[in-house]
Parts: sequence; structure tokens; C-alpha cells
Amino acid sequence: MTVQTAAAKAGTLVRPNPPIAMLAELTHRCPLSCPYCSNPLELTKRDAELPTEVWVDVFKQAADLGVLQLHLSGGEPASRRDLVDLVKGARDAGLYTNLITSAIGLTKRRLTELDDAGLDHVQLSLQGTDADMADRIGGYRGGFARKMQAAQWIVEAGFPLTLNAVVHRQNLHQLPRAIEMAVEMKARRIEVAIVQFHGWAMENRAAMMPTREQAAEAGRIVAEARTRLKGQLVLDYVPADYHSDYPKRCMGGWGTTGLNVTPEGKVLPCHAAETIPHLTFDNVRDKPLSEIWYQGAAFQAYRGEDWMQEPCRSCDRRKLDFGGCRCQAMAIAGDPAATDPVCIKSPLHARMEALANEFASDEAATLTYRVGP
Amino acid sequence: MNADFIPVIPRGVRLHFDRVRDIWVLLAPERTINLDPIGLAILNEVDGARSVSEIANDLAARYSAPVDHITTDMHEFLTGLMNRRIMEARP
Repeated sequence: MTVQTAAAKAGTLVRPNPPIAMLAELTHRCPLSCPYCSNPLELTKRDAELPTEVWVDVFKQAADLGVLQLHLSGGEPASRRDLVDLVKGARDAGLYTNLITSAIGLTKRRLTELDDAGLDHVQLSLQGTDADMADRIGGYRGGFARKMQAAQWIVEAGFPLTLNAVVHRQNLHQLPRAIEMAVEMKARRIEVAIVQFHGWAMENRAAMMPTREQAAEAGRIVAEARTRLKGQLVLDYVPADYHSDYPKRCMGGWGTTGLNVTPEGKVLPCHAAETIPHLTFDNVRDKPLSEIWYQGAAFQAYRGEDWMQEPCRSCDRRKLDFGGCRCQAMAIAGDPAATDPVCIKSPLHARMEALANEFASDEAATLTYRVGP
Repeated sequence: MNADFIPVIPRGVRLHFDRVRDIWVLLAPERTINLDPIGLAILNEVDGARSVSEIANDLAARYSAPVDHITTDMHEFLTGLMNRRIMEARP
């Protein structure tokens, strides 16, 4: 091999930038059973979860690697008895620490302890805007009342609050009320996410797929609220994937921005990466996080553009959306290197539209709830 | 638009030196803002006590720069942050 071709080859494996964000899935345990849970179908049991000291070490390694934002998630992170110690460890490492929670398991006292430990921000999930809807979707009777009580404690403690509303065919009509609730709760932000079909949501496409009209209406509601509430409430919006013409910019690009660590310590480029069967994942118990990020096979697999096929390979949008979601390509096209089938340029786009319409009109479909690990 | 106000960095937003990338950043919920020297100079003065015009006068004296120019920069920068709920104003 000549020097030139070696350089050209090396050029395609540019050392990636350091990651900015890490999602730590502290546990898969959760009192709720949301049918759109992003956790995998095969859940990790409690005795396989990383212990406190390993997590705290991972947080330090993440900060050394360049991670600035840490999202403590699950399952329900409050199901970890050591949550306060984990937050303290994260803050000691210098990380901006965000708790993603249903609020079930957060008492007033525990919130005070989290405050003392330095927790920066709370992101509260909303399954519905009234007890009937929220408790039915969450599969937990009384959950809505407990959540509303905890929300009050969160705001009283002074934490900045983001409301996270996952919306779908069954609760999309409640979106205007969800936005109103965010204002009433003095949240600074609301994330409106139309359910993304990965994990348990894949089992519930027929019960949760929004109609095309609902998806368009949601976009209008968000746009109107953004104008009306400018400077008061920030709205982040994840549009309906199956009804779009172009794919989402998944994870800001595979292995470019963020990483996920599972309860047992596996390091993934995204939530759903384990659905790609040929990938192998390193574990923080075996290797330094830095080595996993820079050299791990799963992270390298879809970095850059060498893996792309047509129509992505010659498409101008490849630098915008990186060909979309690898897990969705796997799920629908059966090939993780295919163009995300959402894309109008994908040969499977028509199939995707047909699927979306078929699922959205399945009025008899019932919810399949997530089960415990 | 350019009415004077006292800018306050709200809870949950903080300045942070990113030692890996060797830059100052502003950390906020789900947002990381890379700061240029001007943004950093402004934020270093935001103490929840002095108004935009007071800070602008101080900066103008320190850097021998026109105060109007600094005031405009500050309003643009701080308003942008306020629209994203990363900065608050005390009247």
C-alpha cells in the first residue's frame, strides 16, 4: 500500500470528537409499565446492575473523556436506593446532572437530599394530563396523583423543571393541556415527543401510531405555542417519525455526540443499538470508557460515511441526517446500513407509509405493557 | 426593546470550563453553549445586582470600547439566552 492510499484510508477513520452527553440507565426497574418504554425487551435484573462505586467511576471517566451533560435515567432512577450518592458522584466529577424521572419514589425528603447533592435539573415524564389517561398509559393506579404531588415538591425545592410528554394516538388530543400544565407548573421547558418506535413501543405500533392528521395537528399546536410562549416556555419537539418525509438526525450522528450505558454496564451508541444483531458491545467493567468510545467496534460501525449505500452515499442530505436511524433501517429494511425507510428516497418509503396508515387505523389494537425485569 | 434590566443567571444554569476542549461553556438543561470571549466577558459580569447599562459602562471603561456598541452586543446576547430560558431579567 502506498503512503497516499494509506492516508486516504486513514482519512476515512478520523478520530471522532469527544462525546458531549451520556445517558446512564441506572436500572431497568420501574413502578410504571409504559407501553412505549425505550428499554429493550430483555430487561436487566437488579442483581446484574452496576454498583455505586462503578457508576461513580464511570462518571469520572466520562468527564475526563469530555462529557458535559449526564442524564440519569432508567427504568426509574429513583428505584436506585443510592441515587443521592450517584448524583453527588456525578457533580463531584463536574457533570451537569439531569434526573429523568416519573417522580414515583421521590419524596420531599429525598428531593432535599438530591438538592444538597447538587442535582442540576429534573425532567418529569407525563403519560397523560389526567389520572384516567396517565394511570392507564403508565399502568399504575394512583401514579398521576403522586406525580402531581412530587412535581409541586420539585418546583418548591427550586429545581428547574422540564416536562416530558410522550404523545401517541391515544393521548394526542391532550397535547394542548400538557403545554398548559407545563406553564402552570412553571416548567422552563417541555419536550413533546411523538412516540418513537423502538423498544417496547415496537410492540405497540398498532395501538399507538398516530394518524397522519394527528401528526400534522401536533406540529401546528407546537408551532403556535412556541410563538405564544416565547421567553416563557421552551418547546422541544420530536415529530412523528413514520409520517415524515426525511429521517431524523438520530443521536446527532452515530458515535459523534452521545453514548448510553445500560444498567449492567454495556456501552451503546443509542438506546436501541442492541437490536442490530451483528454488533458487539463493550462493558465498562472490562474496558476504559475512552477506549470504548474511540475504538469500540459498535461505535466505529456507523461512523463517517463509508458504510453508506445508495441512495445515501451520493445524497446531499447525508451530512444533515447521516442516513437516519440505523436501528429503524434494521427493523424495517432488515439491513442496518440501508437508508432509513422513512426517507422519501428509500425504496421502502411507500411500504413505511402503508405501515403507518395500517397501524394508525387499527382501532381494535390493545396496549402491550412493559413488564418488570 | 433596549430597556434596562438586571440580568440573572437562573438556577440550573452555570458557567463551566471545559478542560477537554479548552473552552468556557454555559451549561443549561439539555443545552451546552460554547462561549466566545465576548460572551464569556459578559457572563462574568452578570452578578444579579448590576443592570445591563451598569455592566456596559464598566466593560466600556475596561476595554476602552464604545458603550453603545457594548450595550447592543449585550442586549442581543442576553435576549437570545432569555428566549431560551437560560437567562432571567429582574426589572
